[in-house]
Amino acid sequence: MANLATDFVGIKSPNPFWLASAPPTDKEYNVRRAFEAGWGGVVWKTLGLDPHIVNVNGPRYGAVWGADRRLLGLNNIELITDRPLDVNLREIKAVKRDYPDRAMVVSLMVPCEEDAWKTILPLVEDTGADGIELNFGCPHGMSERGMGSAVGQVPEYIEMVARWCKQHTRMPVIVKLTPNITDIRYPARAAKAGGADAVSLINTVSSITSVNLDTMSPEPMIDGKGSHGGYCGPAVKPIALNMVAEIARDAETAGLPISGIGGVTTWRDAAEFLALGAGNVQVCTAAMTYGFKVVQEMISGLSEWMDEKGYTSVAEVSGRAVPNVTDWQYLNLNYVAKARIDQDSCIKCGRCFAACEDTSHQAISMSPDRVFEVIDEECVACNLCVNVCPVEGCITMEPLAAGEIDKRTGRPVDPNYANWTTHPNNPGAVKAAE
Amino acid sequence: MSNTPLTPGVVAGRLSPEEYDRNFGDAYPPLDEHEALVAADRCYFCHDAPCIAACPTEIDIPLFIRQIQTGMPQAAGRTIFDQNILGGMCARVCPTETLCEGACVREAAEGKPVKIGQLQRFATDTVMAKDAHPFRRAPATGRVIAVVGAGPAGLACAHRLAMHGHDVVVMDGRDKPGGLNEYGIATYKTPGGFAQAEVEWLLRIGGITVKTGVRLGRELALAELREDHDAVFLGIGLAGVNALRAEGEAHDHVHDAVDFIADLRQATDKRRIAVGRRVVVIGGGMTAVDAAVQAKLLGAEHVTMVYRRTRERMGASAHEQLHAVSKGVQIITGAAPVRILGDGAVTGVEFAYTAEGKQGLTTAGESFVVPADQVFKAIGQKLEAAPGGLDLDGAKIAVTGPGRTSLAGVWAGGDCAIGGDDLTVTAVKEGRDAAEDIHATLMGAATVAAQ
Ligand SMILES: Cc1cc2nc3c(=O)[nH]c(=O)nc-3n(C[C@H](O)[C@H](O)[C@H](O)COP(=O)(O)OP(=O)(O)OC[C@H]3O[C@@H](n4cnc5c(N)ncnc54)[C@H](O)[C@@H]3O)c2cc1C
Ligand SMILES: Cc1cc2nc3c(=O)[nH]c(=O)nc-3n(C[C@H](O)[C@H](O)[C@H](O)COP(=O)(O)O)c2cc1C
Ligand code: SF4
Repeated sequence: MANLATDFVGIKSPNPFWLASAPPTDKEYNVRRAFEAGWGGVVWKTLGLDPHIVNVNGPRYGAVWGADRRLLGLNNIELITDRPLDVNLREIKAVKRDYPDRAMVVSLMVPCEEDAWKTILPLVEDTGADGIELNFGCPHGMSERGMGSAVGQVPEYIEMVARWCKQHTRMPVIVKLTPNITDIRYPARAAKAGGADAVSLINTVSSITSVNLDTMSPEPMIDGKGSHGGYCGPAVKPIALNMVAEIARDAETAGLPISGIGGVTTWRDAAEFLALGAGNVQVCTAAMTYGFKVVQEMISGLSEWMDEKGYTSVAEVSGRAVPNVTDWQYLNLNYVAKARIDQDSCIKCGRCFAACEDTSHQAISMSPDRVFEVIDEECVACNLCVNVCPVEGCITMEPLAAGEIDKRTGRPVDPNYANWTTHPNNPGAVKAAE
Repeated sequence: MSNTPLTPGVVAGRLSPEEYDRNFGDAYPPLDEHEALVAADRCYFCHDAPCIAACPTEIDIPLFIRQIQTGMPQAAGRTIFDQNILGGMCARVCPTETLCEGACVREAAEGKPVKIGQLQRFATDTVMAKDAHPFRRAPATGRVIAVVGAGPAGLACAHRLAMHGHDVVVMDGRDKPGGLNEYGIATYKTPGGFAQAEVEWLLRIGGITVKTGVRLGRELALAELREDHDAVFLGIGLAGVNALRAEGEAHDHVHDAVDFIADLRQATDKRRIAVGRRVVVIGGGMTAVDAAVQAKLLGAEHVTMVYRRTRERMGASAHEQLHAVSKGVQIITGAAPVRILGDGAVTGVEFAYTAEGKQGLTTAGESFVVPADQVFKAIGQKLEAAPGGLDLDGAKIAVTGPGRTSLAGVWAGGDCAIGGDDLTVTAVKEGRDAAEDIHATLMGAATVAAQ
């Protein structure tokens, strides 16, 4: 079995699976059980200064479901911990004492004043916690009070607070980023400039999951009104993956450790975050949906896969795919593929036909006895048929070999790489040297 | 009562009241809302879906399932009823494994089709539970059409004609409307008086008068019906039965399976229906299966179904055969009845093994006897008598296109007419299509006259 132990900015944990700062990490009872179930670490539910905040007393979650009511997206209007600071600190200390091998990171959110941070940091340090995470991400409630994403959306504030923290504590500082921003590289650069040891992302995405059409109010509804919440779960994974990759390949932030968060539900999701540059992952919704036990699938799956591939450490996986993330303009325009339908596994549902015929390139033919075939003369290899086919592996994209004739253009496939920057249709194309 | 399955002879009350209730209750209980949503989620919404083509009434199945999925079962029901006004009965009795579900791509993919029949029941039950009828009549046309036979063909025809604004008089020889929905279909497929409730619901469209106890060929004559109405539709089913042509048919306790089934359907208390300890059913179709299974459910100790050809040629689908076997019915194939034994009352049936060759079916020398104290003949129904002057095609009324007979102004559909399988859903389709043709013919004529 592959060794899953990780060292993230000096914080050691037996595996790269941490519970993200959220209800699963809001109290001693939960965290002890999480550690018993096998979680490598936790980021304790965000602490604030007393008087502690309060939560709504009605529903705080909304959801989006897929087939079979599988939870795809969760939205919440919960705030940071609603328990007194000293209770949390006492519990953190007790749990860390009993589980010295697990990562114990404490999430913090206090007003944007140096004194506030100066006050809370020594208290956290005293618990024996391994590090702190600055919650600059919460998109609802706290942001209205000048905290959370209100800070995370202003790079200058991030830099300032990160710097204060580095000055006033010896603990590693992780800055948690909000995705509710146009370009994630700016806050990441600011965190680095402020001296942060790492960034973690993403926090939740501002969202309204649904509208109650009887009461005409957004869900979750509190006494006839709803407020936007933060979206998470499998639905946000693509957004998170892109943001992680953007930071990993940005020249200014390259090498900055990243804790990947957002929709991690299986070992595969975790491996993808690692491949795009994360050093570990954090999980919230999957645990809230299926309970702490899900980590066991993540641990066994990741180690199985690493064994298969011959990776011996998580660090070896981390960042493997980053060199292959590029900009559109550098994609090889001489790469030509065609869709292929495997007739043996085709169940004749015709969804590929409907998709291609109605909305794409009319490149699939349908015979009276429901045989579906790709018309190479029309196929642009867009992949839509692959995506709508209910049978995995039935439709595949097969690249044409160099020299083979592309029946759509009538031209042989050029063996050489050529991208948009040199394409004749590009008005700004740089002429290739004669 | 002290009778048991072991009591010799033909007696009633072989089982406890609870056993009767269980045996004749809903064979496939309805899906609840959660089950329906889970089942609906499996539909792929296929392009030009094969299930639609496999349904004789061409219900837009992917659409109605998507409507269930999005929380609109009443819209789903409307989609079904648009094509098939007896969609409720069809949901219960259609051999879906050979129709829609047999064509489902998930049958090809996983051997587990989407539960189309049960979803159809969910949607139609939702609509029928409401007090209102979902269709309105077009403005009155002043035309009056005679429909003979109140089975699925006649009812579907009448409803569609009424919708188009015509007045309809439905006439049936039996005491109750419904045809084989009321007198034929196995009890456990349609318990709870569903057949009559469905007829009552269908008639709420208005404009349809039902007269029972009047027979064509007795109280009614085709020539008069033609004279008194703008058009006539015949949906008289197959009221006659084929003769066995085997010695000993007159012994006591030898019955036509259809009569046994009709009596069973009409009995409010199944405990009063007498059944043998050893029952033999001759035949291999749906009727044979229904008689055999229900004899078993009434408490017969041994029930044997004997069919003269191979298993593949049986009229009953593989699913129906399996159902019979699961209820404890023994199925023997490749044997034809030679004579019915007995002395007053039947004691057994002698069968000879058959072989299928160039000369058709022949019986070889060897034979065997199955002991029996009750025998049901289920070797096919036939048209009782061709109403005067109509051309026949084989043993059925000849029709072309949407049910046009050889007589002008007379249409026919359902089991009595040539073409199509003898199924409830086929009867509905033929009744519906004949109604559309009658409507087009009558209104087209009006337009011509006006010019
Ligand atoms: C035992 C049995 C079980 C079956 N089970 C199934 C099943 O599970 N699923 C399925 O799809 N199909 C089943 N069928 C077949 C199905 O019931 C028929 O195909 C369908 O009922 C045909 O409809 P119809 O309207 O043509 O005829 P019928 O339902 O037979 O209706 C004909 C009507 O016409 C009336 N009539 C007849 N002659 C005259 C006359 N001279 N004057 C006035 N009225 C007359 C009759 O009283 C009857 O009401 C079964 C059939 C039988 C016999
Ligand atoms: C109910 C709820 C409360 C949360 N509270 C916090 C919080 O207090 N601090 C924080 O940094 N993130 C909080 N989050 C965000 C999660 O830590 C995490 O970033 C986000 O849910 C994305 O991960 P996921 O897709 O695995 O859930 C919360 C999320 C949920 C669902
Ligand atoms: S999960 Fe249900 S029971 Fe538990 S606190 Fe929330 S609303 Fe209450």
